[in-house]
Amino acid sequence: MRPPSYWPFVVPALVVVLAIIIFPWVFTIWMSLNEWKVGSATTFVGFSNYLRLTSDPRFLEAVGHTMVYTVLSVVLPLALGTLAAVVFHQKFPGRGFLRGIFIMPMMATPVAIALVWTMMFHPQLGVLNYLLSLVGIPAQLWVFHPATVIPSLVLVETWQWTPLVMLIVLGGLAAIPTEPYESAQIDGASFWQVFRFITLPLIMPFLFIAGMIRMIDAVKSFDIIFAITQGGPGSASETINIYLYSVAFTYYDLGYGSAIAVVFFLLIVLLAAVMLYARQRMLWTEIASRA
Amino acid sequence: MTSSQINLRQIVGQIGLWLSVFVIVSPAILFFLWMASLSLKFEVDNAAYPPVFIPDRIAWKNYADVLASNRFLTYFVNSLIVTGSATALALIVGVPAGYGIARMAAHKSAIVILIARITPGLSYLIPLFLLFQWLGLLGTLVPQIIIHLVVTVPIVIWIMIGYFETTPMELEEAALIDGAGRWQVFRHVALPIARPGIAVAFILAVIFSWNNFVFGIVLAGRETRTLPVAVYNMISFDQLSWGPLAAAALIVTFPVLLLTVLAQRQIVAGLTAGAVKGG
Repeated sequence: MRPPSYWPFVVPALVVVLAIIIFPWVFTIWMSLNEWKVGSATTFVGFSNYLRLTSDPRFLEAVGHTMVYTVLSVVLPLALGTLAAVVFHQKFPGRGFLRGIFIMPMMATPVAIALVWTMMFHPQLGVLNYLLSLVGIPAQLWVFHPATVIPSLVLVETWQWTPLVMLIVLGGLAAIPTEPYESAQIDGASFWQVFRFITLPLIMPFLFIAGMIRMIDAVKSFDIIFAITQGGPGSASETINIYLYSVAFTYYDLGYGSAIAVVFFLLIVLLAAVMLYARQRMLWTEIASRA
Repeated sequence: MTSSQINLRQIVGQIGLWLSVFVIVSPAILFFLWMASLSLKFEVDNAAYPPVFIPDRIAWKNYADVLASNRFLTYFVNSLIVTGSATALALIVGVPAGYGIARMAAHKSAIVILIARITPGLSYLIPLFLLFQWLGLLGTLVPQIIIHLVVTVPIVIWIMIGYFETTPMELEEAALIDGAGRWQVFRHVALPIARPGIAVAFILAVIFSWNNFVFGIVLAGRETRTLPVAVYNMISFDQLSWGPLAAAALIVTFPVLLLTVLAQRQIVAGLTAGAVKGG
């Protein structure tokens, strides 16, 4: 019997994917090679939009902001999410319900929570400065000062996305066999030793996946930054994605915007490749050190 | 070791555990309580320093004001239409596709989903914005429904591939040998088994479409805004009336929060399986 073909099941989705994912990509690449502004004629300009990027100070500054924002928004949720996963791995009554509460920040509508964070960041009336004053820390300007705006936004991002890291690591913890823990207990290992030498190495693959997903989302972060600061004050929190928005939909410079979109995508792929490479290196050194 | 020592250790351990649980969950709880508090206070209390946590008078009027403005109802309906249509269309094309890909073991096709996952939402907007302009569709809800498919279709396909890969094939093979067509097998054998997977895909598609903001700010006109865009526009207009603003924010996100607590098990399963997020 000839095995049945399953193509008819896939075709409708294929059409949709071609129309809304593949076509936009091909068209974006074509647009990036043109001078293409809304309301004026388009001309083919080759790679000049890409050359323009290399000497656009606002773009280069945005790359810097994106890098700082991303590194912090990967590292902090990874650390906190791992700790949270270790706690949620224990058995206690009401665990399912509390886990539901814990993941609320990442499911909530980003614009809605951004609005409340903006109120909490308010220098005079905000609850955050009040809380700081209780422990004797002077009032901060949070998102209203160039020096503190990125750390403040990272605070929101960390609050929002630590739960995702927790869920992924929790999945990893569930897969760990119990034998190593039993022998460690017999040997009288401390909690920290158990975590450092048994748990951490075993959940490394999951931490890596969580880090990768976190990186992709943090680089692309838009809603929170746009709704709270719109890239301000000045351009102190303007990331690549926010700059891309201004170029394409404030100045309607679609050709240049497309070039930014292409470079932005390649940058994300490059970062992912670097992370994969670093992971491979780590595995090899680990194996080499055992030999 | 005596038994009383073991008991003491257990008690200390329990206290430590609950303390850590409290520390971990409190940022989420306190935030949403504060959000509720802001939304239920009159301006006098919201502008007070030190802040008022539980007000003497509760301002239900903040909610009444938001709900009474007729535009808010329009935006709510817009959100329902966009999220509803984008999710329904995604299920119609995505569930069979997930089935086909899983049965053909066409794992390379997942790369497209991966690209969709990595691509920033704004990159889709530039060409599709032009396309919708040419087609004269701007000003209707159609562009937003179509572009929300960028969020919902990959979620549904991704989750359904994973789900159909775990469902047993013996029944399907038996049905095929008995002379059933592929479509009948899908409809009467595979689909009923996959119901929990469809539920997961549905819930996540609804949430990420409902929450989407970036597509709306570019494509929505005054009449076609979805709720997140409407709330964002309220910020610029009444910077200083926190009560109604917080009330509007809570109304927008309340359905999602409710779904999160109620369908916590499905959401966790879906997110850890695919770790998908749209936009």
